[in-house]
Amino acid sequence: MAKLIMSLDNAVIREVPLDKERFTIGRKAHNDIQIDNLAVSGEHALIVTILNDSFLEDLGSTNGTLVNGNPVKKHILQTNDVVEIGKYKLKYVNDTNAGQATVQDFEKTMVLRAPMAKAMGAGPAGSFGDTQINPTATTTQSPRQTAAPSAPKPPETLAAIQILTGNSTGKELELTKNLTTLGKPGVQVAVITRRPHGYFITHVEGASYPVVNGKTLDAQAHQLNDHDVIELAGVKMEFFLKNG
Amino acid sequence: MAANLATSLEIATATDPGMVRSHNEDSIAADAELGLAVLADGMGGYNAGEVASGIAVAMLTTEMKQALLEHEPHKMAEGGTEPLAAALVRENSGKANAAIYQTAKSQPQYAGMGTTLVVALFFDNRMAVGHIGDSRLYRLRNDDLSQVTRDHSLLQEQIDSGMITKEQARYSQNKNLVTRAVGIDPDVETEVHTYDVEQGDIYLLCSDGLSDMVTDEDIQATLDAMRANLPLAAKQLVQLANDCGGRDNISVILVRIVGDFAAPTGWFARFKAWFR
Repeated sequence: MAKLIMSLDNAVIREVPLDKERFTIGRKAHNDIQIDNLAVSGEHALIVTILNDSFLEDLGSTNGTLVNGNPVKKHILQTNDVVEIGKYKLKYVNDTNAGQATVQDFEKTMVLRAPMAKAMGAGPAGSFGDTQINPTATTTQSPRQTAAPSAPKPPETLAAIQILTGNSTGKELELTKNLTTLGKPGVQVAVITRRPHGYFITHVEGASYPVVNGKTLDAQAHQLNDHDVIELAGVKMEFFLKNG
Repeated sequence: MAANLATSLEIATATDPGMVRSHNEDSIAADAELGLAVLADGMGGYNAGEVASGIAVAMLTTEMKQALLEHEPHKMAEGGTEPLAAALVRENSGKANAAIYQTAKSQPQYAGMGTTLVVALFFDNRMAVGHIGDSRLYRLRNDDLSQVTRDHSLLQEQIDSGMITKEQARYSQNKNLVTRAVGIDPDVETEVHTYDVEQGDIYLLCSDGLSDMVTDEDIQATLDAMRANLPLAAKQLVQLANDCGGRDNISVILVRIVGDFAAPTGWFARFKAWFR
């Protein structure tokens, strides 16, 4: 569970576990975290925790809320963020990533109940704190590593093709993209795909298939080796790996 | 039903469990003759996810087939402001929802199952797109790939409300929370819109196993390079997602508009269509 470590002049005052959805911070007594200091507004800030993410919102305080030294209105808290309210510092620590869930668990798609969804959708942008979150029975939302869509890891060696016949003899084309198309659209096209474990040539269109080292390919992708000679639309070219 | 739909649409599909999951909870169906493409990404324990997505796809294809025999999708819906096609998509998504909800209620091993859904019905040089959840429809037109549907997900709502940017969203921990799904509640609201289509357009329906793993740029590059060979493009997209980790099931439906399929309008055209 995430928590806030509250300190003043580097002396830790207390730890507050974020064990409920809304935590209000302010000078007045009804706040969940009361900071009795005149630099703090009556209702100063709000932290909404949805499963593993906590969101900080400044409630229009007089002196503002800083995160890592920058004033914020709204902020997704990352672990070790330091929230400053007046002279007080609140360090946000979310150690649930140390959990032991498997990939299987945390990537399963889950549904938030519809009534809640409507509330989410209907709420004006500024009032996300009012939304009630109530996920389905499976509340054991396990921690997950962040995963962004990423390009597949390219092979370590760079490769290129060099034209051997025709008008552009000698021309070299480095295969720097994941997909490189060769040939003439409408006549014959093949594509070289760069994959984690190497380079592959695949026929895309045209009546005739590419020829590699004198052998005509079929519809399957064919892995290219260093110094393979490709024939495509009447042009010969050599595939080779580049060092470094 | 326009008789020339089958020759105006070229469709390719691919579905794969990915590199991590042991079974495939996605279901897909496409029928050029009907002008229908359906993709569902099921969720729920054991094999309930497959059951949910399977029901959704089966319901939609059979119900739509029947409905299209009886109705002309380009006509306006009775008392409505949308073409009948849109109304059919909405109505039959509702039927699928009810079927899954009832099954889940009556059979304890399927309790809580649900599915996302994206469905496209092509008619009269237009398409009606319905979706629920985070399965998507993209359009490639003149080298420009755009996302047509907007996910019903917590993340999308966070982006919309300005809480986080698209860039931050890529690293969010709440990627897998959908705010709407088929079969979870007795009723579901399907988001349906109608769009004009043009010859040469390529439409991509996909589950989040593709869109979470592969960037839009890579999707576009693949479609661009392989637009002449749709089945290969579908296969390549799946492979690309697997090369990026393949953490979820991956499903892809590609639809290319190869010809005109305007609904016959004049009496003569209708007369001619009658004989085809």
